[in-house]
Amino acid sequence: MDEKVVDTESIRKYYESLKVDNFSRGYYLNPDDEFTLDLVESLLVNEKRYGYPACPCRLAKGIREKDLDIICPCDFRDQDLTDYGTCYCALYVSKKIRNGEKGIGPIPDRRKDNGARSKMENEKCEKMKLNLPVLRCKVCGYLCAREEAPETCPICGADKDRFEQFI
Amino acid sequence: MAYRDHIIQEGTESTETVMLYTLSTCIWCRKTKKLLTELGLGYSYIDVDLLDEDDQDEVMAEVEKHNPASSFPTLVVNEGEKVILGFEEGEIRDLT
Repeated sequence: MDEKVVDTESIRKYYESLKVDNFSRGYYLNPDDEFTLDLVESLLVNEKRYGYPACPCRLAKGIREKDLDIICPCDFRDQDLTDYGTCYCALYVSKKIRNGEKGIGPIPDRRKDNGARSKMENEKCEKMKLNLPVLRCKVCGYLCAREEAPETCPICGADKDRFEQFI
Repeated sequence: MAYRDHIIQEGTESTETVMLYTLSTCIWCRKTKKLLTELGLGYSYIDVDLLDEDDQDEVMAEVEKHNPASSFPTLVVNEGEKVILGFEEGEIRDLT
């Protein structure tokens, strides 16, 4: 980007808050400061452009409902951290990578083949009869049994519309 | 093919044509552009996120032909003779 859409101070502030908030939740940002600051800038660019911080490394549609799964942190972060030690754009990394015990490389985007699996899981769960639906935060996996999802996930801070009915 | 007007040429084109599909916000795309420049390889690129919806659809149909996952960056050499997905540093260096 030639023009700075977001000022340096805002980037620095957002970066610091992401780092502190995530550390307390057991998540680590990429230790390569230059790389991570660029990513944070892109998140803020997308926040301005779309109204939400869509993943900088994926093409957003600009319609929240269609981009829900790629709003950072995306629905795929945790699984990618488990399998590859980084999320798709490499904003988040595993403890090993943070400590420099493992390097970072490009990883495949699991977004396309994710729909089929969760649909199958939902069908399996519908067979159980419960007094309340069990709702799941697609970002961190938090489960709660209540009529409606909370405004904000109490564990990871994701918005209400990131919840799905799990059982 | 209206999107073609938005393709930007960097460096001098050699006998091999290198077409790079990117997002302006993607850091791996930026790394790829930088590496190609460092290697002295001329290339064309298009930042898909900056296009309007119709152009995006056209470009994505083109990207999908070479890369069904439609991920970024997608680097296409000589119209598909070779395709490099993501910032695969070794593969990109081998282009020289």
